Amino acid sequence: MKVAPVLVVALVPASLALAIAFGSVDLGPAQLADALLGRGDEIAREIVWGVRAPRALAGFACGGLLALAGALLQVLLRNPLAMLLGVGAAALNLAALAGASIAAGAVFAFSLGRSGWNPYRVLLTGVALASGFGALVGLMLSLAPSSQVQGMLFWLLGDLSPAGDPSVALVVLAACVALAFSQSAALDVLILGEDKARSLGVAVTRLQAIAFGCATLATVAAVLLGGSIGFVGLVVPHLLRLSGIHRHGALLPLSACLGGSLLALADTLARTAAAPAELPVGVLTAAIGVPVLLFLLGKLR
Amino acid sequence: MLEAAGLGVSAGGRELVRALDLSLAPGAFWSLLGRNGSGKTSLILALGGLRAPQSGTIALDGIALAAHRRGELARRIAVLLQDEEPDFWGSVLDYVMLGRYPRSRSAWSRDEEGAAAARHWLAELDLADRAAQGYRTLSGGERQRARIAQVLLQDADILLLDEPLQHLDLRHQVQVMRTLSGCASGGKTVLAALHEPGHAARHCGFAVLLYDAGRASLGRSSDMLTQANLEALYQCRLEAAGTGSFLPS
Repeated sequence: MKVAPVLVVALVPASLALAIAFGSVDLGPAQLADALLGRGDEIAREIVWGVRAPRALAGFACGGLLALAGALLQVLLRNPLAMLLGVGAAALNLAALAGASIAAGAVFAFSLGRSGWNPYRVLLTGVALASGFGALVGLMLSLAPSSQVQGMLFWLLGDLSPAGDPSVALVVLAACVALAFSQSAALDVLILGEDKARSLGVAVTRLQAIAFGCATLATVAAVLLGGSIGFVGLVVPHLLRLSGIHRHGALLPLSACLGGSLLALADTLARTAAAPAELPVGVLTAAIGVPVLLFLLGKLR
Repeated sequence: MLEAAGLGVSAGGRELVRALDLSLAPGAFWSLLGRNGSGKTSLILALGGLRAPQSGTIALDGIALAAHRRGELARRIAVLLQDEEPDFWGSVLDYVMLGRYPRSRSAWSRDEEGAAAARHWLAELDLADRAAQGYRTLSGGERQRARIAQVLLQDADILLLDEPLQHLDLRHQVQVMRTLSGCASGGKTVLAALHEPGHAARHCGFAVLLYDAGRASLGRSSDMLTQANLEALYQCRLEAAGTGSFLPS
C-alpha cells in the first residue's frame, strides 16, 4: 500500500478541522467542542457553523475544482504548465459566469481549426485571450469608482471572503470528479498520443470534449467562488505525480482532495496571519506556489 | 477479412495510392514495401481506420470501417504506429498493459489474465527481465519491442505494423519477424511495412509494392520480389549480396 494516497485523503478532514478551529476570534478547545456539538454560547456556534464551516468548505471546493481542472488540462494539452497558460489564465481574468464561460468557449472555438484539435493552439489562444481580457480588466479597474477598486483588486488576487454558500460548488466538485473519474482509463491511454489512443478504442474527440467541458465547468465554478486564485491547479497535480501517482483513476480524485485541503489551509492562514485584517488567499497560494513551481521546474527533464 | 476497394490515399497534397484493391485474408502475412514517402504509413493509417481515405472504401467483414465503433474496431485491428510519444511515466509492464484497454478497463479489479499475457509477450520479445524497469530508461530498440508487445497484447485479428523492425538489431529483427509469422500461422492477418526485401522474402507470403505516383502492385512474394521489380521500386541498380551478408539461422 502506498503512503501518499492515504496521507492525501487523511489531509481532507485534518485541513477542514484546522480551518474551523482557527480564526480571527480565539475560541478555546472546550468552547469549540461545545459549538461543534451545537451547545453553549450562541455567538461561538454562529462563528463555527455560520462563518467558519461554510468558509472552510468554500475553500475546499474552490481548491478541489482548480486542482481537478489543472490535472485534466495538463493531460489534454500535454503541457505541464497548462493551467497557468491556457484556459485558466483566460477564464480567471473575467468577472462573471457569463464572462468565464465565454472566455473558455472562446479558447475552445479559436483552438478548433480546420485540422482539428491542436494543444499548442489551445495554449497560445489562451495566452492571447488572457492578455486581451487582462487589458479589459485593467480598463474596468481604471474607470471604476475608487470605493469599488479594493474589492475588485481582492477578487483579482483571489479571495474567499465574499464566497458565501459553498453548496453549489461542492455539488459541482462531486459531479466533476465523478465525470472525470469515469474517463480515467481512457485518459491513461490518451497520454500515448491521439492516434494510438484511437487505435486502442478511445473515442478521442468525445473524450477531449468531455474532459475540456469538465475542466471548464470546474474552473468557472471555482472562479465564481473565489476569484482568480493561482497556482493550485498548476502545482497540485504535479505534486501528486512527483510522489508516484500517475494513473488518472487515482490522480484526478486525489488532485481534488489535495487541492481542496491545501486551499482550505491557505485560507485559514490568510484569515489568521494578519487578523483581524484578511489577506487575499491568492497572495498566499502564490507565495507558496512560486517556490514549489520553481522546485518542480528544477525536477523537469 | 479486411478489404479495400478502389482505395485512394493522399497526404500533403500528394496522391500516394490510387484505386488500390486489397484483400487481407486471415492467416496471410503481407509485407508493404516502397521508397521513403511512397505512402506506406498513410496506407496503414487508412486501413487501421485512423485516417479517412480520399476515395474508395475499406470494409471489415463486409461493413465499412467508419460504421464500426472505436472500441469494437480496437478488438479487431491493432496498429503499430511509426512514431509515438517517447515518454511514459511507468514501468515497461505498465506500458504494455495499456494494450489491454480494448478488453479490460475495470478500475477495481486487477487484470491477472492480461498481466500473464503481457509477461508472455515480453518474454517472447526478450524483455522479460525489463518488465519492472522504467519505460523511459529503455534503449530505442528495447522500446520498439515493448511497443510491439503492446500491440500483440491487444490480441486483435488484424495486425497493421508500420516499420516494426526500426531500431532493432539483426537478431531481434528476425525474432520479431518470426513472432509475427507465428501470429499469421495462428490465423491472424498481418501487414508490415518493411525496408528489407530479404525479410519480406523469408517470412511474408504476400507483398504490396507501392511505386511512385499512386501506382501499386501486389501478389505472392515469390512473384513480386524479383530483382526487376525491386530495382523499379527503389529506382536503383541491385545485385545479389554475396559475402558479408548474414542472417541469423
